Amino acid sequence: MENTEPLLVIDELAVEFRTDEGVVKAVDGASFTIDRGEIVGVVGESGSGKSVTAMSILGLVKSGRRAGGTIRFRGRDLGELAGKELRTIRGAEIAMIFQDPMTALNPVVTVGKQIVEALRLHDRKLSKDAARDRAIELLALVGMPDAAARFKQYPHEFSGGMRQRAMIAMAIANGPSLLIADEPTTALDVTIQAQVLDLLRVAQQETQAATLLITHDLGVVAELADRVVVMYAGRVVEQGDVTTVFTAPRHPYTVGLLESLPRLDRDVDELHPIPGSPPSLLAPPPGCPFHPRCPLARDRCRTERPELRVVGNGTAVHRTACHFAEELAAVPTEVTR
Amino acid sequence: MTAFVVRRILVNIVVFILIGIGVFLLVRAAPGDPVRMMIPPADLQEGSEAFIESRRAELGLDDPVLVQYGRWFLDAVTGDLGSSFISRAPVSELLIERLGPTVLLMSTALAISLLIAIPLGIVAAVRRNTGVDYAAAALSLGVISVPSFFLGIVAIYIFSLQLGWLPSAGMSSPGDGTGGDILRHLIMPAAILGLASAGPLTRYVRGSLIDELSADYVRTAEAKGAAPGRVVARHALRNSLIPLITIVMINIPQMLAGAVVLEQVFAWPGMGQLAVRAVSQQDYPVIVGFALYVAALVLICNLLADIAYAVVDPRVKVT
Repeated sequence: MENTEPLLVIDELAVEFRTDEGVVKAVDGASFTIDRGEIVGVVGESGSGKSVTAMSILGLVKSGRRAGGTIRFRGRDLGELAGKELRTIRGAEIAMIFQDPMTALNPVVTVGKQIVEALRLHDRKLSKDAARDRAIELLALVGMPDAAARFKQYPHEFSGGMRQRAMIAMAIANGPSLLIADEPTTALDVTIQAQVLDLLRVAQQETQAATLLITHDLGVVAELADRVVVMYAGRVVEQGDVTTVFTAPRHPYTVGLLESLPRLDRDVDELHPIPGSPPSLLAPPPGCPFHPRCPLARDRCRTERPELRVVGNGTAVHRTACHFAEELAAVPTEVTR
Repeated sequence: MTAFVVRRILVNIVVFILIGIGVFLLVRAAPGDPVRMMIPPADLQEGSEAFIESRRAELGLDDPVLVQYGRWFLDAVTGDLGSSFISRAPVSELLIERLGPTVLLMSTALAISLLIAIPLGIVAAVRRNTGVDYAAAALSLGVISVPSFFLGIVAIYIFSLQLGWLPSAGMSSPGDGTGGDILRHLIMPAAILGLASAGPLTRYVRGSLIDELSADYVRTAEAKGAAPGRVVARHALRNSLIPLITIVMINIPQMLAGAVVLEQVFAWPGMGQLAVRAVSQQDYPVIVGFALYVAALVLICNLLADIAYAVVDPRVKVT
């Protein structure tokens, strides 16, 4: 049984935040899986619940509350683990790369020491010298010039791109089998983004780690991911392999996302942003959460919430949560070629 | 670093001279006359005026204020702050004699205050919005709200009068003066002074640590698998103590103000007692001398805070 189950299974995850205005359902029944060695991109607008989902895996959501669902890693329910057991997984089997490398490193501890800490937390027998050598090796691996000198420097002496390299070095230090990258390039300059993406690919090949890539940038997903999960209002609305989803989207939201992108390969006069804004998660609309913004919406969408179901005839499993996905298949969109 | 320190010291010397001018003028602008203060009103009679005038001339008080200042300044740069109008003793001697007890009292109080505030602030921050946090808040607000002289009187009543454990006044018993004896005299004033400043300091430690605990790098440390205690001790605490250096350094002069009052309550033979008496007698040279000592303390503390910042925080580069 355990051999057939994917590396990570997120099943009907729900996370709530209590605020003064009421309960915010940041994640409302999200389900998807990640296989060994696979790169899965999770895309969605701000507030779609993608980051909260990522943080939930390692139990790093601070003010929120798990309202339901399970997260299983190698068959173990991470929600059931005691703090001590969870800590043996954090940074060792599952490691994270965060959005803002300017703030994600401790400003008063040298970069080297922070990597050494990651190593020695999970290998008590590792000597300081050996950990130091290994940390310098890791810095060199992520393309840090003059790694031995960089080891002794503080984060403020690094540029944003270099800090993100250091973060990646720290994340792969213990050879994780799952790497979670939460908007790893969002805070960086465009030229640096490409370098960091290349590095993520190298790191992934080096460690053979499955990678969960959280981003709002469809280009990043197209570049890096094998499969894509599209989230909207705390739910998964479409998932499938990247080529299928990007060439034949079966959810109006995905179509909207793709149409709102500027493209170089075709002469498009104007961009088509999705009208309206994401719904308030305090009081999500009944039925399909996307219906107030959806060009296909009709009465059924306003009352009945669509569940994820298999669509298409491709070999890879393509799922969408839209009552009228088949109509999209017929509509030639800007994107479907 | 050396250039920075030298430059700061030069700036501080200018500030120090300006403070000297300010205090000198303000003291003389205050109503009243030091010579008249020396004579009990009942003894004033025919002919007193002539005596008063001659005394004023003797002390140089009949000259224009700027002339007085010039004379004082030329002496002061050689280290001579003049002599007390009352005891005729040199001001610097009077102050240095009193400096030791005050420094002893304040440094003990500072140590007590840090020993209370840092652990209590940490516990309050880590267990925020629990009973421990509320208890710490109540204690802090309590010692902030109750004046220290009142606490002093209550403590004397309990520990000296009722229980008889501790002496109520002075720095040593006559004919004793061993370390243990001084310690017994020190406990109450130092504890009360320390407690008074531990109140606000606990709140600062708590607030600063709570800010740091929500920082991104704390989440990074947790994601690495660090245990909660390690996250606080190795990551958040170090960052939260940086702003605290300034708070503590600014707090030291405030503590001196508290010490002035408590020295009265506990008859502690420190600078505060000397200063209060000098003010009530309008003993100009002693008042000015005391004010300059305090000013020097404030300036030195600020300079030390800047240097400590550069030492503790790698991001601060002083040039």
